[in-house]
Amino acid sequence: MNKMEKALNELGHMDELAVQESPVHAMNAGAKLLCTVIYILVVMSFNKYDLSGLIPMLLWPVFMYQMSGIPVRTCFYKLRIVLPLVMAVGLFNPIFDREIMLHIGNIGVSGGVISMLTLMLKGVLCLMASFLLVATTPFDNICAALRRVHFPAMLVTLLLLTYRYVGVMTEELAVMTDAYHLRAPGQKGIHVSAWGSFLGQLLLRSMDRAQELYSSMLLRGYHQHFHYAPIKPFKFSDAVFLILSIAFFAIVKYVNVSELMGMFLVR
Amino acid sequence: MHMADALLAPAVAATMYVASGAAAGVSISKLRKDDEPAKLPTMAVAAAVVFAGQMINYTIPGTGSSGHMCGGMMLSALLGPYAGFLSMIVVLAIQCLFFADGGLMALGANCWNMAFYGCFVGYFLIWKPIIQSKWFGADKSALRKRIIVSSILGCVITLQLGAFSVVLETSLSGITELPFGAFLGLMQPIHLAIGLIEGLITAAVLCFVFDSRPELLRDVDEVGVSGLTAKRSLKGTIGILAIVALVVGGGLSLFASGNPDGLEWALFGNTDGGYSSNMGLDEENFGVSSQAAEKAESIQEKTSILPDYAFPDSESAAGTTVSGIVGSAMVAGVALLICLAGGFFRKKKKQS
Repeated sequence: MNKMEKALNELGHMDELAVQESPVHAMNAGAKLLCTVIYILVVMSFNKYDLSGLIPMLLWPVFMYQMSGIPVRTCFYKLRIVLPLVMAVGLFNPIFDREIMLHIGNIGVSGGVISMLTLMLKGVLCLMASFLLVATTPFDNICAALRRVHFPAMLVTLLLLTYRYVGVMTEELAVMTDAYHLRAPGQKGIHVSAWGSFLGQLLLRSMDRAQELYSSMLLRGYHQHFHYAPIKPFKFSDAVFLILSIAFFAIVKYVNVSELMGMFLVR
Repeated sequence: MHMADALLAPAVAATMYVASGAAAGVSISKLRKDDEPAKLPTMAVAAAVVFAGQMINYTIPGTGSSGHMCGGMMLSALLGPYAGFLSMIVVLAIQCLFFADGGLMALGANCWNMAFYGCFVGYFLIWKPIIQSKWFGADKSALRKRIIVSSILGCVITLQLGAFSVVLETSLSGITELPFGAFLGLMQPIHLAIGLIEGLITAAVLCFVFDSRPELLRDVDEVGVSGLTAKRSLKGTIGILAIVALVVGGGLSLFASGNPDGLEWALFGNTDGGYSSNMGLDEENFGVSSQAAEKAESIQEKTSILPDYAFPDSESAAGTTVSGIVGSAMVAGVALLICLAGGFFRKKKKQS
């Protein structure tokens, strides 16, 4: 399977996850979007040494994943893309910051190690939250929610159209890549002599098709506005969910829950 | 170069959202004013091609590795800077949402680093002036050369700007201990090489478009060169590109091995006045045990102490950290319980 087919599978899988049924799937898309944004902002705002304070933030995504029935495995599979850069940046912290901050037994743990771990945890948490949003909300619902908060219509339409064509183009390129490799066995990528023509051919064909597409859109009565399927309305339960979640974030942000819980045991 | 949420502080992320949002607002109003709704499907299709096209591996001649193409520069050459910018935003948003490439809150920063420079700087300062210039003469092959030069220059310069912004945003967020200069020394050379390769690939694609359908490229039809729809002869161009790639690739690898990395230089050449320019060769004055290094160490010690964090020296502070660890373990236990409970209820639901 080549890279593009893998990407197609991933896209298809996300679409499948998004139309399942669960309490989280049934929520209003706007409420989920708002909650995800606040969650990520709170996670980002933690001090780089505040590992113990950050850990309880894990509870919200864990709870939500359980409620929605989304396999965490799928989310962690995506970490392969997020973690390398985060780790590349974080790995230097133990080298530069060697101030010993705490002792576990005889082993001194430096500030750099703590800040590195905090950074990695932040990376994991932010990914878990945004993945949850996309995996429990169909993309057109997210777009409809964006439209509700007066996100520019042009950008939302562009998002929807591009999302539609990403699948088509990726499939087309996957077939082209397969065909190319069958005729050039043992070759790793696209040879220099085909650098321009390979993508260029597809580009030219697609640009022409886009014009025909626009004509057909006009014939079907398009006048710069999309009509969205009715999205799930904002219910009382959504308000409760929003308030409880934000309250939880606030508590974890301003009270070190880990330390409080630990004190019950230690003292 | 896609930044994750973890690498940014909320204030920096918000600032970048405002900056990118402003650029997007200008682009939207500009497109509306020009009344180009017909462009929308073209933008979407071009964005999708760029998205998929970035997954193609192009073999770099003479090396075992492969390169990718530069989306911003290509989109702005095809669609113009405003439409190109919006298309790039959409590509980045889909990459972020569905492929976890970059974070939701880091999207503003990513749009700025990759789309803004690629589309606006790349178009207004590089593509347009070079295409409209009189470089290389006035015939068709001269125009092709100008396309190649502006593609390569555009990709290199916009990628350098993007890499610089990544370093700046990360450093301002206070996430990394890596000194600004050392981080910069790591990022810029890597992206110089990437930019060159991306530039060559982008040039190849744009040359192909130029040979077959020159009217699709921005500013090209306005230049007024006769006989634009001539037969395509890509082989010569690609041959030149291959040679350039080889020379550049070889040259770069020499450069890369000659100066191992900026990090080492910053580690050993760290003086209190900044970073020395002698790349750490003078072991006596700038080495590990030199006076300068000791001074730097003492400064680092002074600045890295966090007043309100528990240190092992104080009795009570040690207590807090211990309870912190125990508490974290308990939180992990609670998380595990939630998982078990979730699994239990789901099983029950399935049975019923």
